[in-house]
Amino acid sequence: MSLLILAATLLLLTLAGYYMGRGRSVAVSQGVTHRLHSRPQYYGVYVALWCGMPSFLLLALWLALEPQIVEMILVSNLPASILDLNPDQRGLIVNQITSLALGGIVGGNITPEIEAAARDYAGMRQTGFAAMAVLVLCIAIFGLALGRKQIATTLRARNRVETIVSAVMIVASTIAIATTIGIVLSLLFEASRFFTKIPVTDFLFGLQWSPQTALREGQVGGSGAFGMLPLFAGTLLITFIAMCVAVPVGLYSAIYMSEYAGPKMRAIAKPILEVLAGIPTVVYGFFAALTVAPFFRNTGDALSLDVSSESALAAGIVIGIMSIPFVSSLSDDVMNSVPQTLRDGAFALGATKSETIKQVVLPAALPGIVGSVLLAVSRAIGETMIVVMAAGLAANLTVNPLEAVTTVTVQIVTLLVGDQEFDSAKTLSAFALGLMLFVVTLTLNVIALRVVRKYREKYD
Amino acid sequence: MTETSASAAPIQRPDLSGARLKRRYAAEARFRLYGLIAVFAAIGTLVLLLTSIISNGYTAFAQHHIALEVTFDEAEIDPTGEREYNVLRRANYQGIARASLRGSFPDVTERRAKRALVGLMSGSADQTLRDIVLANPDVIGTTQTVWVKASDDLDSFMKGHISRDVPESDRRIKDRDIGWIDQLIADERIESQFNTTFFTAGDSREPEQAGIWGATVGSFLMLFVTLVLSFPIGVLSAIYLEEFAPKNRWTDLIEVNINNLAAVPSIVFGLLGLAVFLNFFGLPRSAPLVGGMVLALMTLPTIIIAARAALKAVPPSIREAALGVGASKLQAVTHHVLPLAMPGILTGTILGAAQALGETAPLLMIGMVAFIVDIPGGFTDSATALPVQIYLWADSPERAFVEKTSAAIMVLLAFLVVMNAVAVLLRKRFERRW
Repeated sequence: MSLLILAATLLLLTLAGYYMGRGRSVAVSQGVTHRLHSRPQYYGVYVALWCGMPSFLLLALWLALEPQIVEMILVSNLPASILDLNPDQRGLIVNQITSLALGGIVGGNITPEIEAAARDYAGMRQTGFAAMAVLVLCIAIFGLALGRKQIATTLRARNRVETIVSAVMIVASTIAIATTIGIVLSLLFEASRFFTKIPVTDFLFGLQWSPQTALREGQVGGSGAFGMLPLFAGTLLITFIAMCVAVPVGLYSAIYMSEYAGPKMRAIAKPILEVLAGIPTVVYGFFAALTVAPFFRNTGDALSLDVSSESALAAGIVIGIMSIPFVSSLSDDVMNSVPQTLRDGAFALGATKSETIKQVVLPAALPGIVGSVLLAVSRAIGETMIVVMAAGLAANLTVNPLEAVTTVTVQIVTLLVGDQEFDSAKTLSAFALGLMLFVVTLTLNVIALRVVRKYREKYD
Repeated sequence: MTETSASAAPIQRPDLSGARLKRRYAAEARFRLYGLIAVFAAIGTLVLLLTSIISNGYTAFAQHHIALEVTFDEAEIDPTGEREYNVLRRANYQGIARASLRGSFPDVTERRAKRALVGLMSGSADQTLRDIVLANPDVIGTTQTVWVKASDDLDSFMKGHISRDVPESDRRIKDRDIGWIDQLIADERIESQFNTTFFTAGDSREPEQAGIWGATVGSFLMLFVTLVLSFPIGVLSAIYLEEFAPKNRWTDLIEVNINNLAAVPSIVFGLLGLAVFLNFFGLPRSAPLVGGMVLALMTLPTIIIAARAALKAVPPSIREAALGVGASKLQAVTHHVLPLAMPGILTGTILGAAQALGETAPLLMIGMVAFIVDIPGGFTDSATALPVQIYLWADSPERAFVEKTSAAIMVLLAFLVVMNAVAVLLRKRFERRW
């Protein structure tokens, strides 16, 4: 809460800086503002930037780094009896201390040393916050004074402000890159920790997936097997089923929309199709689990087939329904951008409309259609909620769509939801799976986007 | 085969019977029909999805209540008679509620039967009574008719989710319970009322006490963080890429990167949040702040792409005119291009926000699946979000949570419809043709 007050104070100071700068510039020019190099607002912004930028940056930096530094000091001050423990137990004790200091509920036995350390820790956090508040406010006021002092008729305030704004824009545009790098680095880092415990080849080519690791020696089924092939097989099976639904329905509706439907029909049907893409996936998951899966199980019972209640079929078909708009709207776009002259040429040779579409429009639009299907495949592979709610947990290596299979995303969710210790192979394997998922979907996306882009340029 | 290919190319004679033409036209009609079927299949599944959810969920907006003749006994509630707040708060209201329900069925004497009878009433009956007493201590010593919530089983039974025709061993409401319920109905002491709890309460293990307000607050706190972060960053980077960036390898890389980022599975963003925000920076688990940050990274590409399209649509003549009267490049953009592009940018932002509001998977990774009863009061409190609440309820075994889940989905979809409608209106209202 006091952090909010600090931030509000800083904002107020910045605002004050703006008005002070503007007023000062008018005073400096003795009321004749066209003597100034820039308009008075720019002087205001200039002072505000001097006041706000360094202080907010420091605040952000401090908030990001303080917990780590304080914890390092805490660890270095711990008595030797705790330091000599192995890293796991030490981490546990550090957690106990921090949550005790923050007034949380702590389990386990609390020794006087821990209590003392918790008091120290709370004290350090408090001092740290006070120091930060004082420092940040000082810098803000100092910046304000410095900026205000510089104001003169010759100060090129506009140019300076514009330089800063462009710098901010450049930084903003690199955040997207930073996100990608962050994803790659964090996945690689955690996955490499996993690969120190489990060999890469076992992970990539293993046929067994059962991530339980033994808690005690000689536990049954506690050996832990981390072969990702059954998971990828399950993912591919579900994706295949999904595409069996999405490609024909999506493609045929795209053909109908772009070639046959009148403007009225287009105006109504196209937004309705796009609604399918806007429905949250958790809703599809609920639909799959509540309506579609029981339907298939009952139908299977009626035909005396053995359908699992978490069959790949139900999850796949619902993912397929979700992917229809991805296929249809992109394919629709590319078919619309096929030049009319090609169609006219075919009509002139006496082809019917369907013959024109099949033999002229579709081949011309093929790269774009392939691109849209690839994008849909990548979505289906990365789809999480539908499979979490409707697909199974057991890793079966099967191609029978009536059986339950599991997918990469389901496993990531089951491994990471709930309590976790951060150095067991079980938890880390989720990051290795995430890395694989990222690599596969990224490859598909790069290919798809390149294909679509290349194609678009051809007829533009 | 060889004979025909050896002879000169056969001349195709026109088929004067018209059979071939008929066949071609039939193929044409068939093809067209396939297209129409595909469109209607897609629309049909949408209708099926919505009907299945609405038909399951609309009943959750009502809740059955039981009327109790409650005697607010002074000796029981406030033996000292001083009406002190803490005494009133801690009185045994559960006992009072139970006694008054048992009082209407004096012939129930066996212990287990008594317990089953009390089970028809929600566990929250004592809170209802306490609120009445605390709001108006004058009721002490009087007898009042109080409507308390029925249990989820009775509620499901009254709504027809539990059928009388099912064999007794397969249903949660036994024949004995049905006898009591019939008697209550005959006395007109069961009534269906609008379920305000659903809109005002947090999560609960008891279906009749569970509500979506906590999740809604969590969702909107998160959405606020998302927008505060992603809107300025998205607009700034779109302006840079569209108006200022030189065309070189670096900006090409940024562009390809943004397009790819838009197609990265959302769960990967959750992994990023877990590894970086939680494990590295040590931010709290289950906090709307972290959820908002993760979703901001996820919606950023959507906003950038939409903002660039909107900026591109502003004709160059506007920029040239501004530059011609002496504006700097930045002034031309901020004073003229950006205001004209704003409706488009806002439309894209709202659509991105709608996408973020419905996102679940990354939130599971950063621990927003916890069971949280309290309404979150700030950005670092533990919270859950609407879609996550839906996921949690969908996993609950109680029959009554099915209708709650469907109803929560209806609320979520209503939010999304409103957001999309605003986006469409904005586009319609401010769309300019140049």
